[in-house]
Amino acid sequence: MRELTYREALREAMAEEMERDERVFLMGEEVGHYNGAYKVSEGLLDRFGERRVVDTPIAETGFSGVGIGAAMVGLRPIIEFMTWNFSLCAYDQLVNNAAKLRYMSGGQISLPIVFRGPGGAAHQLAAQHSQVVENLYAYVPGLKVITPSTPYDAKGLLKSAIRDDNPIVFIEGEVLYGRKGQVPEEEYTIPLGKGDVKREGKDVTIIAWSKMVHVALEAATALAKDGIEVEVLDPRTIRPLDEALILRSVKKTNRCVIVEEGWPFAGAGAELCYRITNGAFDYLDAPAVRVTGEDVPMPYAKNLEHLVLPGVEKVVTAVKSVLYRS
Amino acid sequence: MDRDLMLSLYRDMICIRRFEEEAARAYTRGKMGGFLHLYIGEEAVAVGAISAVEPTDYIVATYREHAHYLARVGDMKAAMAELFGKATGCSKGRGGSMHFFDMKKRFMGGHAIVGGHVPIAAGIAFASKYRGEPDVTLCFFGDGTANMGAFHEGMSLAALWKLPVVFICENNLYSMGTPLYRTLAVEDVAVRAEGYPMAQEIINGDDVLEVREAVRRAAKRARTESLPILVEAKTYRFRGHSMSDPAKYRTKEEVEEWMNRDPIRILAQRIYELGVANEAQLKAIDDEVKQEVAEAVKFADESPVPDPATLYDDVYSETEPRQDEEKVVPLPRRARAGG
Repeated sequence: MRELTYREALREAMAEEMERDERVFLMGEEVGHYNGAYKVSEGLLDRFGERRVVDTPIAETGFSGVGIGAAMVGLRPIIEFMTWNFSLCAYDQLVNNAAKLRYMSGGQISLPIVFRGPGGAAHQLAAQHSQVVENLYAYVPGLKVITPSTPYDAKGLLKSAIRDDNPIVFIEGEVLYGRKGQVPEEEYTIPLGKGDVKREGKDVTIIAWSKMVHVALEAATALAKDGIEVEVLDPRTIRPLDEALILRSVKKTNRCVIVEEGWPFAGAGAELCYRITNGAFDYLDAPAVRVTGEDVPMPYAKNLEHLVLPGVEKVVTAVKSVLYRS
Repeated sequence: MDRDLMLSLYRDMICIRRFEEEAARAYTRGKMGGFLHLYIGEEAVAVGAISAVEPTDYIVATYREHAHYLARVGDMKAAMAELFGKATGCSKGRGGSMHFFDMKKRFMGGHAIVGGHVPIAAGIAFASKYRGEPDVTLCFFGDGTANMGAFHEGMSLAALWKLPVVFICENNLYSMGTPLYRTLAVEDVAVRAEGYPMAQEIINGDDVLEVREAVRRAAKRARTESLPILVEAKTYRFRGHSMSDPAKYRTKEEVEEWMNRDPIRILAQRIYELGVANEAQLKAIDDEVKQEVAEAVKFADESPVPDPATLYDDVYSETEPRQDEEKVVPLPRRARAGG
């Protein structure tokens, strides 16, 4: 099977959906003539023209709202945030408008809109450019939150997101864009709300999403050398959450570690912990444990940044702790 | 001057006035909760503007939007039922006073975060332009909005992309309880238009015919030239910001002076002067409207509350992509973790 980068897979998803449906258009900062700040939209302007690949000024509130208005009357916008950090400027648009218009109107409005862009830390971008935001959006009823970890998932989930009639928060891993993986030539989609077991194992379940899946897989490889068989489960969408898959896995392994890049307080992992405790309490041989980013704004210095992010060593230690091994 | 038109404008304004007077009474009787922001005194703006455009043009309004809903949709029963939190309300009791919607009539909602709907209005107009449709979007907001970031971003994009929006500032001189001179460094909101840039016009918001004529011109320009415009209507709300506001920050003299310029009285005067109708005829209209309001209250009173079983309805749109559109091509297990 052919290999694509995560970036190419996303681009292919957008191009195919734009080809398929004229109501779909891409709008954001530098998406057109600059070919995308992270080159995800490279070539799309040449292919689809300025009507459907729309460069915007730096005005997140403005163009998010324009997307919402356009979606209210039946267009299917893809709004690119150069990074999800900047989405906080438009938080009101996503939370108060995108998420609520359908409910407030008694179901009169559908909002088929995808907000997408990179999230999480990259390399030494410091506090304002290194945030994890999935929990800020997953908190809000009315939004769906997607966090793909592989090129295959990125393409299939983005296509489903564009076809979905709800507002979608699609958070790409900033450091995953160059990562390669198998992507079939044939068209496919991945349903939203379905997790995926990235590695099977019987001793401990690690739940991780986006780039933390790869940290978890590395940890699983390291632990296999000690004879510990780790199952790595990627929920892929944070909301709706594939609770059934998670509980099935935890009931099998009886132990669970959740790895998330963001801050610990009220992170998405905290909700997962609650659901696991609530849904599989009698099956747990140890309390579920979280490995999270440290509870500080991201420092610039390379050594400090390294300290903040969950890495393989921290995950290995956490897995051993739920096995009561050191 | 068109006789039927004048009487129809009069009727629309009286509808709003009587509806809101009754709503205020119902509020004090505990028939509804939440906030109730009355438009009394500003009726000429909504009625003049909405009467000036096509029924297919879009209306986007604020949380003070009963008037705009009535001027466009005219369904007093659905409006009153919404205030009463009933299942028969125009938003099924989910929105309340601040969130009236009627998508079929292109009434795109009451929005209650100041300025947040300005980019949305630009987006609706963007869609019209994208599809090559002739529709214009009217976006209403108050003077307080002129200080919000969302306002500037929406106006700026509308100008940049030449979107067919008529922005209508209902300048009632107060953003909640604070007078304009303490919130705005300029005297007129309209001057803000020049920087985007877009055309602007300041009008007497108490004269329904003047509003109608100005918005008719603005909408025509938006439609034929695809250009936005900012129309600032100077007006005044006779009541407080909401029901909990006794409006003590205004002098009695000031309020009286503006009440002498009651938009309904101004139109009635014009109607008499032109011999379109006499006092008895206007009173007959008023009596009819009062009857209609009474029926709306009765309807709202007798309507059922929303079924608790519907609590979770419409958080999400449940329409899934059709099955035949779904093609699942799975990856071999080992390749799934790849990336």
